[in-house]
Amino acid sequence: MVTLQINGEKHSVDVESDMPLLWVLRDVIGYTGTKFGCGKGLCGACMVLVDGNAVNSCLLQVSLVEGKDIVTIEGTTENLRKLQNSWEKLNVPQCGFCQSGQLITATALLNTNDAPSEVDINNAMVRNICRCGTYTRIKEAINNTLESSK
Amino acid sequence: MGDIKNISRRGFIKGIGLASGGLVLASTTVILESCTSKEIVAFNPNLFVQLNSDGSLILLASRSEMGQGVRTSLTSVIADEMEADWSRVSVKQAVGDVKYGDQNTDGSKSIRLMYETMRQLGAATKAMLISAAAQIWEVPESECEAENHFVVHSSGKKKAFGSLVEIAKTLEVPKEVLLKDPKDFKYIGKKLPSIDVRNFTNGTAVFGLDFRLPNMKFAAIKRCPVAFGTVVKIDKEEALKIKGVIRVVEVPRVEGPFGALGGVAVVAENTWAAFKGRDALKVTWDKGGNEIYNSDKFMSAMTEAVHKSGKVRKSIGTIDNAFNKASKIVESTYQLPHLAHAPMEVPNAVAWCNKEGCEIWAPTQEPQRTRKVVSNFLKIAEENITVNVTFLGGGFGRKSKPDYIMEAVIVSKAINEPVQVVWSREDDVQHGYYHTVSAQYMKGSLDEKGNVTGWLHRFALPSITSTFQPGAKEPARWEAASAADVPFEVPNMQIETAEAEAHVRIGWLRSVINIPHGFAINVFADELAHKARKDALQFRLDLIGSDRIEETKNPYKYNTARLKHVLKSVAKNAGWGQDLPEGHALGLAVHYSFLSYVACVAEVSVAANKVKVHNVYMVIDCGTAVNQDTIKAQMEGSVIFGMSHTFYGKITAKDGAIEQSNFHDYSMLRMPDAPKIHVEIVQNNEKPTGVGEPGVPVVAPAIVNAIFKASGKRYKSLPLKDFNLV
Ligand code: FES
Ligand code: FES
Repeated sequence: MVTLQINGEKHSVDVESDMPLLWVLRDVIGYTGTKFGCGKGLCGACMVLVDGNAVNSCLLQVSLVEGKDIVTIEGTTENLRKLQNSWEKLNVPQCGFCQSGQLITATALLNTNDAPSEVDINNAMVRNICRCGTYTRIKEAINNTLESSK
Repeated sequence: MGDIKNISRRGFIKGIGLASGGLVLASTTVILESCTSKEIVAFNPNLFVQLNSDGSLILLASRSEMGQGVRTSLTSVIADEMEADWSRVSVKQAVGDVKYGDQNTDGSKSIRLMYETMRQLGAATKAMLISAAAQIWEVPESECEAENHFVVHSSGKKKAFGSLVEIAKTLEVPKEVLLKDPKDFKYIGKKLPSIDVRNFTNGTAVFGLDFRLPNMKFAAIKRCPVAFGTVVKIDKEEALKIKGVIRVVEVPRVEGPFGALGGVAVVAENTWAAFKGRDALKVTWDKGGNEIYNSDKFMSAMTEAVHKSGKVRKSIGTIDNAFNKASKIVESTYQLPHLAHAPMEVPNAVAWCNKEGCEIWAPTQEPQRTRKVVSNFLKIAEENITVNVTFLGGGFGRKSKPDYIMEAVIVSKAINEPVQVVWSREDDVQHGYYHTVSAQYMKGSLDEKGNVTGWLHRFALPSITSTFQPGAKEPARWEAASAADVPFEVPNMQIETAEAEAHVRIGWLRSVINIPHGFAINVFADELAHKARKDALQFRLDLIGSDRIEETKNPYKYNTARLKHVLKSVAKNAGWGQDLPEGHALGLAVHYSFLSYVACVAEVSVAANKVKVHNVYMVIDCGTAVNQDTIKAQMEGSVIFGMSHTFYGKITAKDGAIEQSNFHDYSMLRMPDAPKIHVEIVQNNEKPTGVGEPGVPVVAPAIVNAIFKASGKRYKSLPLKDFNLV
């Protein structure tokens, strides 16, 4: 049994201790907003916040996050909510599949840096692939969020 | 509606036999969504529209949503003609059924084929609502108008759409409707945001991979590393030891273009266990013959083939004469590798086969084809097969091939339970339907004034035909067309093809054959311009020549004036001929595909042998621009997609097995390398044409041409990472 704190709620799950958090979320608990893209830490689709930091959940053994504060795209934190608004305003998503991960990475960036430069944004967002090519709009949406929280 | 030349505002609705593949408006329609309350009455004037008495409007999307915004753009056309309030609209996704007309979401044609139909459906609904109001008020219809979800009488009184439902239900569908004047459009041609944007940003949109059924199992399949190899022996002992693994099932190879590759499935309680179990399987394969496939050798053989004369596919004038009399000759050979689609969401499908039939939930671009192949395989009638279309996490052509859905059907049938088959990224990269590999030889002649007098284009590539007719070695007619139809005013032109055999599954990938042809044609034209010592832009405009309509049987005419217009516009936007920052250079490309005209200018710099793309300018003429923002997004996406294969995309085979496996060796462009993208959409009232694909082919040649300008080095094969440029 592993007890997890996800989006403020406690979940006790009976899973192998080496099962990655991604699959616990998606297949065991049912938080399907966190996506599978590569399973190897290469694409960022599976990003979740662990104590405020963006982590690839596909590589994260569930036993390592017991007792930590996990936030997924279904969660609500101040910066995530603000970013979601900008994402909507600029109509960022194309297919939408990578966007949970993009938003989580961007949230973690704003959690630690309230005035990221273009280089900061690039360095943070380099972890996330968007095959549809929404990078320009993602960057605009992050900047838009920064503008509106000034 | 047969006469496409005459876009009259009056349309006839009778079994709308449009280009949309014969969409028949059934006289009896179905309820799109049963109403939640008994008090609410629904009005279903046709298969795509349901207006409820509470004013809510449900519109049907018959095409698949994979990021191109089709659920918004097609339904907004209905809403516009209907004078509906967009905020009252919700969209329902159609299951696969011929009654909705062609649903194959491929070839950049949803808007092109369905635009007029959608307009008529909206207009007919509006007409019925007006009739209903006129009847209630006992006034002539001509005194009534529809406006933002109301019918308004000239006296000023108004009735909400919802309040007209009871009467409208009793009326006949009009045989003839009046379409709006384009200048009165409210949604068409504007920037409507995606109706799904919120669900995409809060994680609630259900992609295929997110679909769940009670008691559903998960399965991963081990497939032969070599295409079409078959199972000889299975050792499942280790796999069955893994916690969560339930059983191991052999998946037979199902022949046919969209059949299953075959292999061994591990069925488990969750995806993780299925993957682990699959990795623990030991399978002996009969490789079947394609283990002879080695990419390097294959490329050499194709290159040799295009350096000899080939099969003539088109000939104008006498090419040999042109070459004999030439003042200058340019020859070049271009080599492009296989590509994999790698949509962000891997192929996956849920199937539930039981006594009643089979129900499927899948991210598919082609629900009708799916229904047909599943029906043939299970030998049960199509009526007993339901194909539900989820959101697609990208498609790019991969998800129009239902092989992965067949796998889910096979496994569900074997275990008698609902199952989701999930491909890993490795499966996706190694067992796809690859964009073809190609070698192209070009030879051109210039006279002493630097005009092009001869143009020879000879290419070899394993054809997509091979997927349908195993063993086919010649490019299909349509695969030769994008080389043969270049609208260049050159007196002597010859297009030839050479043979090449496929050793993997070949399939269409976003913009298909236009990727190799767009590359070779645009880079070669640039080489000729350089040899002629002319400005690349002026040279290209001269090559296209006079303003004219190219002779073709296609009702959409190839208009060279529109082609030149996008080229001139993009050059202007990019500041062609003006000063650039130190070390920067521009390169251009122009290409016509999916009936749209696209031109691109890339601004690059090269420092320490590393290329940086700073700006990319795109101009598209796709006729009537139904949704400006979607078109802009598609151009932005095309630039990134094109840059991914310009810099990184390369799939190779060794002894028949694909050598790449995941995003570390099949890389994608990432944010730090994304340029600033500037898009202009030509505004006109021509018929709408393709958007999703035509932006792709121009990107790679524009960049390669810009690199030449910046560094003097001409790269004739891709990806550029092979030259250490990234
Ligand atoms: S799925 Fe975790 S990084 Fe790709
Ligand atoms: S929006 Fe489709 S992968 Fe990013």
